[in-house]
Amino acid sequence: MIPDPDSRSLLEMCGIVKEYPGVTALRGVSFDVRSGEVHCLVGENGAGKSTLTGILAGAVRRTAGDIFVEGRSTDIASPIDALRRGIGMIYQESRLVPELTVAENIALGREPRSAGGVLIDRAAVRRIAEKVLSDLGEDIPVTARARDLDSAQQQIVEIAKAFARDLRVLVLDEPTAALTEREKLRLFALIRGVQAKGTGIIYISHRLEEIFEIGDRVTVLRDGEAVGTRDVADVDRAALIRMMVGRDLDKEYPKEDAERGAPLLELRDLSTRDVHNVSFAVHAGEIFGIAGLIGSGKVELSRALFGEQRSTGGALYIDGTAAEFSSPADAIAKGVALLTEDRNALGLLMNMSVAENITLSSLGAHRRRGFVNRAMEQRTAEAYTALLKIKTPSSDTSVAALSGGNRQKVILARWLNTGAKVLVFNEPTAGVDVGAKFEIYTHIVRLAKEGKAVVLLSSDLPELLGMCDRIGVMCHGRMTGILEREKATQENIMELATPDDTGARHGN
Amino acid sequence: MATDTRRAVVDLLGRYGILLAFLLQVLIFSQLSPYFMTGENLLNVSLQASINAIIAAGMTFVILTAGIDLSVGSVVALAGIVATTVCKVDLPFPLNIGAGIAAGLLFGTLSGLGGGLFVTRFRITPFIITLALMTIWRGAAFVVTDGRPVWELPAEFASLGGGRLGGIPVPTIVMLAVYAVAHVVLTRTRFGRYVYAVGGNIEAARLAGVRPQRILLAVYAISGVLSAVSGILLASRMNSGQPNAGGMYELDAIAAVVVGGTSLQGGRGTLVGTFIGAMLIAVLRNGLNLMNVSSYLQQVIVGLVILLATMIDQAKKT
Repeated sequence: MIPDPDSRSLLEMCGIVKEYPGVTALRGVSFDVRSGEVHCLVGENGAGKSTLTGILAGAVRRTAGDIFVEGRSTDIASPIDALRRGIGMIYQESRLVPELTVAENIALGREPRSAGGVLIDRAAVRRIAEKVLSDLGEDIPVTARARDLDSAQQQIVEIAKAFARDLRVLVLDEPTAALTEREKLRLFALIRGVQAKGTGIIYISHRLEEIFEIGDRVTVLRDGEAVGTRDVADVDRAALIRMMVGRDLDKEYPKEDAERGAPLLELRDLSTRDVHNVSFAVHAGEIFGIAGLIGSGKVELSRALFGEQRSTGGALYIDGTAAEFSSPADAIAKGVALLTEDRNALGLLMNMSVAENITLSSLGAHRRRGFVNRAMEQRTAEAYTALLKIKTPSSDTSVAALSGGNRQKVILARWLNTGAKVLVFNEPTAGVDVGAKFEIYTHIVRLAKEGKAVVLLSSDLPELLGMCDRIGVMCHGRMTGILEREKATQENIMELATPDDTGARHGN
Repeated sequence: MATDTRRAVVDLLGRYGILLAFLLQVLIFSQLSPYFMTGENLLNVSLQASINAIIAAGMTFVILTAGIDLSVGSVVALAGIVATTVCKVDLPFPLNIGAGIAAGLLFGTLSGLGGGLFVTRFRITPFIITLALMTIWRGAAFVVTDGRPVWELPAEFASLGGGRLGGIPVPTIVMLAVYAVAHVVLTRTRFGRYVYAVGGNIEAARLAGVRPQRILLAVYAISGVLSAVSGILLASRMNSGQPNAGGMYELDAIAAVVVGGTSLQGGRGTLVGTFIGAMLIAVLRNGLNLMNVSSYLQQVIVGLVILLATMIDQAKKT
C-alpha cells in the first residue's frame, strides 16, 4: 500500500496482521498518528491493543502489513530499531532502574563518553537530563535516585527519557493506572506540552473518560480488528462502549434454564484486603457471572471464596452454614472448587499423568487400606476421559502433551470428581478453541442442571451474557451492581465496570 | 526410520541409562579383578554403600520437592554422638541400646522438623537453612564432646553396624528395608503423590488442595531421621561417637540422587534410581580400590563418572 501523499501522518500502519500459532491477534489493522495529536486506542482485554503497540515498539514481529514512518516504508525489527526510528513506549509500570539517578536513567544506553570513549562523561549526563527536564517544564532533581521518586515523577522521567532520544511518536500504555487524580492532571499537562511540539501520541486507556479529556481521535479495536476511527468530538461514551463490545449473540451458548434450589453459596458483606462489602447468593441450579476489568477485584474475589485471602469482615455461607477457609484444602473439604484462570501455571501438574492430575484433589477416595490404588485411579480417569471427551492417547500420558482445551477438561474432571457443590470457573475458555469452548459450556450448563451452584468469572462479555442467570459487576473491589439475565447488556455491564472518576476515588 | 531408531535408542538410554552404566561398570570390574565378583566382596560393597544410600533415600524426598538438605553429614555425626552418649547410661541391655537408638533418631527427626519449619514458616531457602544447620550441628558435635570421641560403649552396640544376620551385614539389611518402605511410601501413598505434586508446582498443588507446608515438614523430617539411622550405624561400626564423622556426606548423597536421575528442580525422580546411583558410586570406589588406584585419582574418576551419568540422563530430555 502507498500512503496518502498529503497525509499528515507521522506514522502509518496499514493492514497489520499478526498470527500466533493457532490464534490471529490482529486481522489487518490500519492505524495512523498525525503530528501533534493524541490518538487514543481502546478495546477490551485481548482485542489486540498490546499486540499492535508491541509491533510499534519492536517487541513483536508482524506477520503481514506495512509500516510507514513519515511516509517511508519501515521495518521495525527490535526495540532499539524502534527508538532509532523515533518511536518510544511508556509502560504502565516504571521501567527505570531504581538504583540509578534520574540523569543516569535518562542517559541509559547512550551515555556520552569522555577520556577517549572509555569513561562516562558524568557532567554531560547531568547537562542533558537537566535540559530535557527543563524543556518539559519539570524540575525533578537529576541526582535523585529513581526509586525515591513517586509514580508520577517516574512517569515524567520516562517521558523525559523518551524525549532525550528525540522521539516523534510516543506510545503511552495505561499511564494513569498508578497515578492519583492530581498526578494525572500533571501528566495531562505534560502531554499537551509534548503535543504542542509536534509529537504524535498514542494513548491507551481503559478509563474512557480520559479519552474525552485528552484525546483528539479514537480508534476502537475488537477481536483483532479496527472497528472504526472517530474524532473524539463526534462520539460519546455510550457509542464508544457499543463499538468496543457490540457483537450479535447467536447460538454460541447452550444455556438451558435449571430448577433453582436453595442458596449454596452466600456472601454477606464479605471483605478481604482487596474486595469490599460484597454480597450475593448463588442458588443450586444457577450460573452466576462476575464481570470486571483487570484490577477490578474479580480474581481476588474468586480467591476469597477459596481460602486464599483472609476475610476482614462479613460472612461466607456454604450450603447454609457459615464457613471460614484458611486454605484451598479447607474450601475443597467444604465442597468448593476453583478452576484458576491460568490452568498451566496454577492448575496442572506438568510432571504428572492425566490420571494423576484428575485424581489429585480426590486421592483420599482412591485408596484401599491406606494405599493409593492405581486401578481405581485408572477407572476414574477413563470414566472422565470418556465423559468429557478428553483427547489423550491414554490416561498415563503426561498432561503436558495435551492441547489447551483438553488440559482444561482434565482440570474440570479433577474438580467434578471432588463432588463440589459450588464451582467457581475463572476464565474457563481463555485460549480454548471454539469447539472445546462449546463443550465446556455444555458441561457448565449440565452442572447447573445437576443442582450445583456455578460462579463464572469472565472478561468475555458475550460469554457471560450467553451463559449466566445473573451477572454481578466488579469495579475497584466492590460489586457495583447485579444484573438479571433479561436486563443485562454489554453496555450496562461496561457502564458498571468502568470506573468514572468519582467512583474511582471512592474505591480507594 | 533412522530417526525412529535413534529416538528409540535415546529413549532406552534415558529410561535405563543409569542401570546400563551400572551393569557395564560391574562387567568391566569383573573382568579386571578376579576378586570383584566374589560374594564376600559384593557384600562388602553393599556395606560400604549402605551409609550413603540410606542418607540418599531421605535426600531423594527432599530433592523431589525441589529442596536440598545440606545438614545430613553433620546430623550423622551428632546423631552418632547422641546415640553413643545415651547408650552409656546405666540401664540393662537391651534398654540402654534402645534408648541410645531412640535418642539418636529423635535428634535426627527434630533437626529435620526444625529445618522444615524454617523453610515453611520463615520462608528461608532450603539451601541456606540446611547450610546453617550443617555448620551448627558440626560445631555442636565438637562442643559437646570437647572434640574427643565418645568411647567405652556397651559391647552390644558394635553389633548394630558390624554384625551380620544370616551372613548379611546389618547395615545392608537396614538399607534394603529403608528402600523397600520408602519406595512404597513414595509410589503408593497419598503423601508420596503429594511430594511429587509439591515439587512439580507448589502453587498448583496448593490450589488443588494439597497442604504443601505439611509435605515439606515431613520430607525434611524423613531426611533427618534417615541421616540419624546412618549416623547410628556408622558410630556402631566405628564403636565410637566421632564429632568429625560424616564430613562431605551431603555431597555423596546428592551425587547418588542426581546420578539416579532425580531432577534438582523437583517433581521428577525415583528411589530405584537413587539406589542404583548409590550402588554405582560404591562399586566404582570398590573396583578402583581393588585395582590399587590411588585415592587421589579415585576422586577425579568418581567426579567424571558423576558428570557422565548425569549427561546420559540429560539425553532423554532433549
